[in-house]
Amino acid sequence: MPSLLEAFQSQVGRKILTGITGFLLVFFIIFHLAGNLAIFGEPDAMNSYSHFLHQLGPLLWLARIGLLLIFVIHAWIGISIWLKKRKARPVDYKVYSTKGGPSKQSLSSRSMAFTGVVLLVFVVFHINTFALGDMADTQLANGTVVHDIKTLVIDTFQNPFYAFGYTFVMILLGAHLGHGIWSAFTSLTLRSKKASAVIYSIGVIAAILLAVGFLFIPLYIYFGGGCEAALIQCN
Amino acid sequence: MSEMTINLKIWRQKNTDDPGRFEDYKLGGVNEHMSFLEMLDVLNEDLIKKGDDPVEFDYDCREGICGSCNMVINGKAHGPKHKTAACQLHMRTYSDGDTIVIEPPRAAAFPVIRDLVVDRTAFDRIIEAGGYISVKTGAAPEANLIPVEQEVSNQAFDYATCIGCGACVAACPNSSASLFTGAKIAHLNRLPQGKPERARRTIAMVDQMEKEGFGDCSNYAECEAVCPVGISIASIAEMRREYMKAIF
Repeated sequence: MPSLLEAFQSQVGRKILTGITGFLLVFFIIFHLAGNLAIFGEPDAMNSYSHFLHQLGPLLWLARIGLLLIFVIHAWIGISIWLKKRKARPVDYKVYSTKGGPSKQSLSSRSMAFTGVVLLVFVVFHINTFALGDMADTQLANGTVVHDIKTLVIDTFQNPFYAFGYTFVMILLGAHLGHGIWSAFTSLTLRSKKASAVIYSIGVIAAILLAVGFLFIPLYIYFGGGCEAALIQCN
Repeated sequence: MSEMTINLKIWRQKNTDDPGRFEDYKLGGVNEHMSFLEMLDVLNEDLIKKGDDPVEFDYDCREGICGSCNMVINGKAHGPKHKTAACQLHMRTYSDGDTIVIEPPRAAAFPVIRDLVVDRTAFDRIIEAGGYISVKTGAAPEANLIPVEQEVSNQAFDYATCIGCGACVAACPNSSASLFTGAKIAHLNRLPQGKPERARRTIAMVDQMEKEGFGDCSNYAECEAVCPVGISIASIAEMRREYMKAIF
């Protein structure tokens, strides 16, 4: 019998890890989107949410390290699968096409490695822009002084490079999740044909909703003019 | 009866070490009722008469049962039809003047022996690793000694229909053998006769699959689409479930 460490390095173990980490990342981005949507709430909503997270202290660091680990495992396995496919088929087909029917080959599934790598690079830029970005201090209605992430977000997305760059990457996120959500269920041993068909549709819908949810914000800020926009109230 | 002229582009490779190349052939007098392999027989007769080497391809039953004839036709393993082996494909699928590209199943684990014939003994080694049950030899046991529920027997039989043709590997963008290995594990682990060795079997077969150099599964499900007997990717999910049960 292999040890657990060996087992999770096997083809089957790797796939199960990809599924588990994929699910955790989906949960993370759902929370992330919920946090982002606070920009449309009360004037203080986004900054108080950010302040709340920072107050968690060691718990926040635990979450950050956990998230980084999950992200690295997911990306590492994904990239290694992609590198291995060339080794497994050194001479490629002259003509290759899907047979359709039950096949899940699509632009979404065939571009998982590409969209995944773009997301990987994006996350580095994204953390640099917002988590490590220069933030002024601001006062909440209750008098607490907090970092003004809301203004940083609004200022950043006045720049077309950021607004459209983010929009493009969020479309790729949708493409990644279009195959990814269903694939994670299958990796985590979903067998039923009927359930599989239903989950595939739910996965695609969830991918579209998440992508639209994320890309709506930069586009709205860019075209809506930030603080002057109807849905965003600033202090 | 209409006769067609078909343009063929066929992979020719003298042996495993030969880099190989495509050769073009124009084949007239193709009858729409011919099977795909009969069309290749006609081509080979012409080649032999001309003193050229015939195109080597694998076949045995020509009844869609054995799976030997796995070849990649216009980019699709076993050709365009679902749940159909290449030998059961008929030329009425094509029209006069069509070009058909024929390639061997391409995977590092399936080295080309000659032309369209590949060495699929990697599958045999996966079976040797655990695709069997250990029983005492001797007189055949009483058939009803071990009760098997009808439902379980039907499910096991669905997986047992895998003929090991390798179309799943040929069609998989990653050259994964997960459908084959999954079907064998799901078939044997479901039956009471297979249960005593299920953990060891699952680990050993998954391990061997990796050693043979097959790629990882990315859940493309293309394998299910090309499988001539329609094995579902549920077998891959079952392999993962069995693997998890085995290690915990």
